[in-house]
Amino acid sequence: MNWKLSDSTLTELGEKVVAGSGGLIDAFTVAFGELTVTAAAETIAEALIFLRDDPALRFHQLMDLCGADYPQRPRRFDVVYHLLSMTKNHRIRVKVQADEDTPVPSVATVFPGADWFEREAFDMYGVFFSGHPDLRRLLTDYGFHGHPLRKDFPMTGYVEVRYDDELKRVVYEPVKSVEFRSWDFLSPWEGAEYAKPGQEGAGEGKVERG
Amino acid sequence: MTIEAESLAGYDSPASPETPVRKFNINFGPQHPAAHGVLRLILELDGELVERVDPHIGLLHRGTEKLMEARPYTQNTPYFDRLDYVAPMNQEHAFVIAIERMLGLEVPIRGQLIRVLYCEIGRILNHLMNVTTQAMDVGALAPICWGFEEREKLMVIYERASGARMHANYFRPGGVRQDLPPALIEDIDTWAKAFPQVLDDIEGLLTGNRIFKQRNVDIGVVSKQQALDWGFSGVMLRGSGVAWDLRRNQPYECYDDLEFEIPLGLNGDCYDRYLCRIEEMRQSTRIMHQCVERLRRTPGLVLSEDHKVAPPRRGEMKRSMEALIHHFKLYSEGFHVPAGEVYVAVEAPKGEFGVYLVADGTNKPYRCKIRAPSFVHLSAMDWLNRGHMLADVGAILGSLDIVFGEVDR
Repeated sequence: MNWKLSDSTLTELGEKVVAGSGGLIDAFTVAFGELTVTAAAETIAEALIFLRDDPALRFHQLMDLCGADYPQRPRRFDVVYHLLSMTKNHRIRVKVQADEDTPVPSVATVFPGADWFEREAFDMYGVFFSGHPDLRRLLTDYGFHGHPLRKDFPMTGYVEVRYDDELKRVVYEPVKSVEFRSWDFLSPWEGAEYAKPGQEGAGEGKVERG
Repeated sequence: MTIEAESLAGYDSPASPETPVRKFNINFGPQHPAAHGVLRLILELDGELVERVDPHIGLLHRGTEKLMEARPYTQNTPYFDRLDYVAPMNQEHAFVIAIERMLGLEVPIRGQLIRVLYCEIGRILNHLMNVTTQAMDVGALAPICWGFEEREKLMVIYERASGARMHANYFRPGGVRQDLPPALIEDIDTWAKAFPQVLDDIEGLLTGNRIFKQRNVDIGVVSKQQALDWGFSGVMLRGSGVAWDLRRNQPYECYDDLEFEIPLGLNGDCYDRYLCRIEEMRQSTRIMHQCVERLRRTPGLVLSEDHKVAPPRRGEMKRSMEALIHHFKLYSEGFHVPAGEVYVAVEAPKGEFGVYLVADGTNKPYRCKIRAPSFVHLSAMDWLNRGHMLADVGAILGSLDIVFGEVDR
């Protein structure tokens, strides 16, 4: 049994999704044997309802929902939904863009399983989901500040904890015991952004890469 | 457990004619043997009836996804062992398949067979752990001792292949680290022949056991529709009668050519899920036999020959300058993965384990989201437990099959 859809079948499917959605879904791409569509954040709930209920699509399961951070973009966050149709045996990825201020409508009413995924995305990236029943932090510590998976959040974090024997409790302090070490393994002969040794301007303005 | 009386109001009130019932908030865990790790549940109880469950997770959160963004691809496989540490190689599998799909890398057939073999060993490791600890949660102490004896033997098999009992780091993009010695293949076969007898023994203790059935039958019932709505996968889905197994429905590796059956439950309760797991172990043993049989007559490579991704053998490095350069480049810079994104899901013992990998063309992942089945299943704790008795919380939690390494990541 070959379940993997060819790129042409995926393209057909993508065209069908875009055409049938009535403007809810903007565009599609096919890459690595997977179909990705983009939608507007404001109408994501309607778009997912369309994908779920359309008899030709039947993407009735939300397998995954996560954020991703692209700080150089004006709307820096992606919210990525992975849907699965068990009856049609195909998958689709829906992406919307968001930023720190504008909330994305919650899809917890469309797929109850989205509840914790949205809490996690809020915790990790600070994406707000409007209409979410209980948007609290999920994975980080009680009283945690910041959103750790953002690209501008330092790898070591801001605070460290230790047990203080005098105070007889765990204390939070600014990080000082560890220093994050990062090596530049990228070859300077293949696409490096700084001047190679011996070139004009070598040694100046070397880019630190993480 | 600490018990705090939430409210004593109404207790002294002479106006209420009935015996006033105090409502309790109970803190279950994080240091509780039935919490299967570091789970903290805030239970709101009306007498012994559970009214609300609020799981507090994240006590084992290590920021795996953040750490992965700072490391070359091959250095990230060990993180996958530490997710669901009960069945480590199944997690590695999803990650290496994701990389292979982006690189367009083919895995030699012997490498595929070894991977499938070890994934099925992982499935047995996981189900042995789950079935027996769940039995312990409801009061049976013997099965865990018997189950762990077998787990110990399987860990030796892990160790003989990879050098590590648990955190194997054995799978590589393009295959596996090294070939299995012939004696090990024979020993795996011997083990797989003897294992059904042990399963029969464990079943003899549990399947017909009156107490075990009283604690599990009709407890934690998940209907088909609920299972689909909540994004369940694996045994949580099949226990409710939905015929869906990625090994069969979206086959990866060589699962296509192997014969096995997918057990389904009827009622979606804890007992059906237990039965599914037992039967899956038998089916896994069957797959192991087929893999062993094919490994015997399929000599050859276990790792791709593409040395831009897979390291050359040690012997070659002594003779070939090119091999030496490849080795140096792979273990300092690592390989580059073309820009793009993939979502790869495998049927891990707990359900669909997915990796959403975003690559930006460098030697490190730009973003790697790990879709852990336990995370999804645990999010259903609230509605699953409502209306159940306090003692059922442990039974339901046990049958959800939770491992905190992958819930918290």
